[in-house]
Amino acid sequence: MGYKLLAKQEIGKLYEKLAKQYEVYAPIKKGIEVNWSKIEDLGDILFDFKNSSLSPKGLFFPQTEVMFEFKNDPKAEEGYILKEVPPLPKTRVLLNIRPCDAKAFSILDKVFMRDEDSLDVYWKDKRDKTVLIGLACNNPCNTCFCTEVNSSPFGEDGLDVLMVDLGDKLILKGITDRGNSLIEDFEEAESSVASKIDDLKKSAESKIKTKLSMGNILSREMLEVYEHSYWDRLHESCINCGACTFYCPTCHCFDIQDETKGEYGRRVRNWDTCMSWLFTHHASGHNPRGTKKHRVRQRFMHKFKYMPFKLDGDIGCVGCGRCIQVCPVNIDVRDVVNNMNK
Amino acid sequence: MLEGYTKEIREAAKRLIRDKKVDCVIGYSKGSIPLVDAPYFAYTEEECENLVWSGFCTKNLAKYLIKRLGKNALVAQGCVSRSIVGLINENQVKRENVYILGIWSPGMVDRRKVLERVGGKEIIDVKEDEEKLVVIGDGWEEEIKRKEVLRQNCYTCASRNAVLFDEFIGEKKESKGGGDIDNVAAPWEKLSIDERWEKFRETFKECIRCYACRNVCPLCYCAECFVDESRPQWCGKTQDEADVYTFHILRAFHCAGRCVDCGACESACPMGIKMRVLTSKLEKDIRNMYGYEPGMELGAIPPLSVYRPDDPENFITP
Repeated sequence: MGYKLLAKQEIGKLYEKLAKQYEVYAPIKKGIEVNWSKIEDLGDILFDFKNSSLSPKGLFFPQTEVMFEFKNDPKAEEGYILKEVPPLPKTRVLLNIRPCDAKAFSILDKVFMRDEDSLDVYWKDKRDKTVLIGLACNNPCNTCFCTEVNSSPFGEDGLDVLMVDLGDKLILKGITDRGNSLIEDFEEAESSVASKIDDLKKSAESKIKTKLSMGNILSREMLEVYEHSYWDRLHESCINCGACTFYCPTCHCFDIQDETKGEYGRRVRNWDTCMSWLFTHHASGHNPRGTKKHRVRQRFMHKFKYMPFKLDGDIGCVGCGRCIQVCPVNIDVRDVVNNMNK
Repeated sequence: MLEGYTKEIREAAKRLIRDKKVDCVIGYSKGSIPLVDAPYFAYTEEECENLVWSGFCTKNLAKYLIKRLGKNALVAQGCVSRSIVGLINENQVKRENVYILGIWSPGMVDRRKVLERVGGKEIIDVKEDEEKLVVIGDGWEEEIKRKEVLRQNCYTCASRNAVLFDEFIGEKKESKGGGDIDNVAAPWEKLSIDERWEKFRETFKECIRCYACRNVCPLCYCAECFVDESRPQWCGKTQDEADVYTFHILRAFHCAGRCVDCGACESACPMGIKMRVLTSKLEKDIRNMYGYEPGMELGAIPPLSVYRPDDPENFITP
C-alpha cells in the first residue's frame, strides 16, 4: 500500500475518525513538560515537540495495577478467592508516539508475551486494544541515540501507522492491516514522497552524533563483562534512586503486593526498580545484589547483555535518552555503554 | 564552569593527592548535558583535572561521606559544609576523616527555571560567570541573569561560604543570597486547613516515588527507611494518594531540626516537585521556636533530640 496525504489543517478528519472508534491519547504540553494524556480537544494535538517527558509505558504497564480483588474474610463464602479485574473497557489509539517508544513496546512484547504459557494477560489486553500511530522525528534531541541501538527516528517497529511531518502536511504510511484500514479513505500521495521521506530520514539520522560501540559487550563471555573493572567506578556517584528505571520505556520489573482494608482486599503490582536494595532482597535476609555496585551493574547488564542474550539480539534500550535527562547525578548511558565495551 | 574556582580546586586537589593527605577528592565534573554537573571522585592527580566548580553543582556531596572508607576531601559550599557538621554531630562522619575544601557558592541554578525561561527549547550549551548565564541553542542564544534563575533555597541562603573547612578555595564573599527566607518560607502557613490540603495534594500529585529526593539527601541514612520496611509495613507501595502522601509527610518530619535547606531534593526530582515547601516550614519553626540553625556549630545539640523544661509547647493542642 502506498502513502497517504493529510493536510495538517485537516488533522480533524483523522481525529474524528479515530475518536469514533477509540479513546485517543497523545502527548500534550503543560509548561515545559510534555505528557501523555487523553485528548478531548483537537487543539491539544501537538506536532512541535521532541518527546514526552515520561514514556507512554504506563498506558500498557501502569505504575500501580490491580491484578485481582478478593474479600478479606477467610470465613466468608467468597473469602480469599481471587477475582479477575475487568479488562480494558475500550479500544485506544496512541497518536504521535515516537518510533523509539513504539519499538520499546515491541521489545517488551517479547518479555510479556514470550509464549502462550507465560502470557502477561494485563499487558496483552492493552496491547491488543491499542493502535499506535507514530510520528517520525525530524529533529532528534541531543541526547537521542536510537540509530545506535537498532532503531531510527523513522523506525516502524511496533507501529500501525507512521506519520511524517512535512511542515504543512503529513504523510501517512500504513504498516499493519489495522493501520491501513484507518487511513484507507485519505488521499493518495504522489509516489515522489518516498524519496522525500528518505531524505528527511537521512537528515534526521545524521543529526544523531552519538556513537556507541557494543561489539565487545555482545561478543565477550557474560562473566567477563560482569567482572569489568569499570563497574568499580561507575556506581560511586549513583544515589540508587529509581528515576532512570521509571522513565525508561523498556524497564519492566514489578513487585506484587497484597493489600487489605477492612473486608476489601486486592493484589496489586507496582513498578519496581533494580536500583532499590529491596529489589532482590530475599526473605532469608540474603541479597545477591547487596551493594550499590551490584545494583548499578544489574541495570546496564540487563539492557545490554542479558536481554540481547535472551531476546534474540534485541537490546533493552531504544536510545530515547530520557535517563540521561533525568539522572540527578548525570550518569550517562552513552558513556556507560562505551566504557563497558572497552 | 567558573574558571578561577575550577583552577584552584584542581590545584588544591592535586596537592592533597600528591601529598597523600587524602585518598580521594570528591567534587564535581562537567556534566554530559548542559545545566547538570556530575558528582565526581578523583583518586589521581590526572583525575583531579576533571574537577569543576559551576552554578550547576546542585547535589549535596556530603551524602557520599556516609559509610565511606578512607580519608576523603570534599568540595563544600555553605550548605554542604553545614551538612557535614550535621553528620559529624550525628556521629555519621568522623571529623578527622574528611578534609573540607570550603568554597563560596555563587548560588546554584534551577535547571527548570532556565528551561521555562527559554520556553522548553533544547539547550545545547551554557556559559556562565558569577553574574549571568549565556544559554545556547540551535541557532539562538539568550543571556540570563543568574539571580533570575537561582534555586529558591540559594536565593534565601544566608551561608554561601563554607562554615567549616580545612582550607578555603578562593576568597570568602557575600554570604547572603539576597532573599528574605521568612518571606518565602512556609508559604502555606496563612492558608486554612482545607486550602493547605488542596495545595499539598496539588504539589505532590505528580510524584512517581523514585525516591531521588530521599536518596540525594544527606539526612537520609537510616539503615532501613520506613517506606521500605515490611514488618510492619508503615507505607503502601502503590501510587495511591495515601501512600504517596505518607511518604512525603514523614520524610519531611524526619528532617525537622536537621535540614540545612541545601535544595538537593528539589534539584534531584525529575518531576519538578517543590518538596521544600514542607521542610522550609520546619526549618522556620525550629529557628523561631528554638533559636537553632542546624549545621552551624560542631557539638551543637539538635533541639529535637533533647528535652528542656522551657521548650516551647504552644503548638501542642490542649
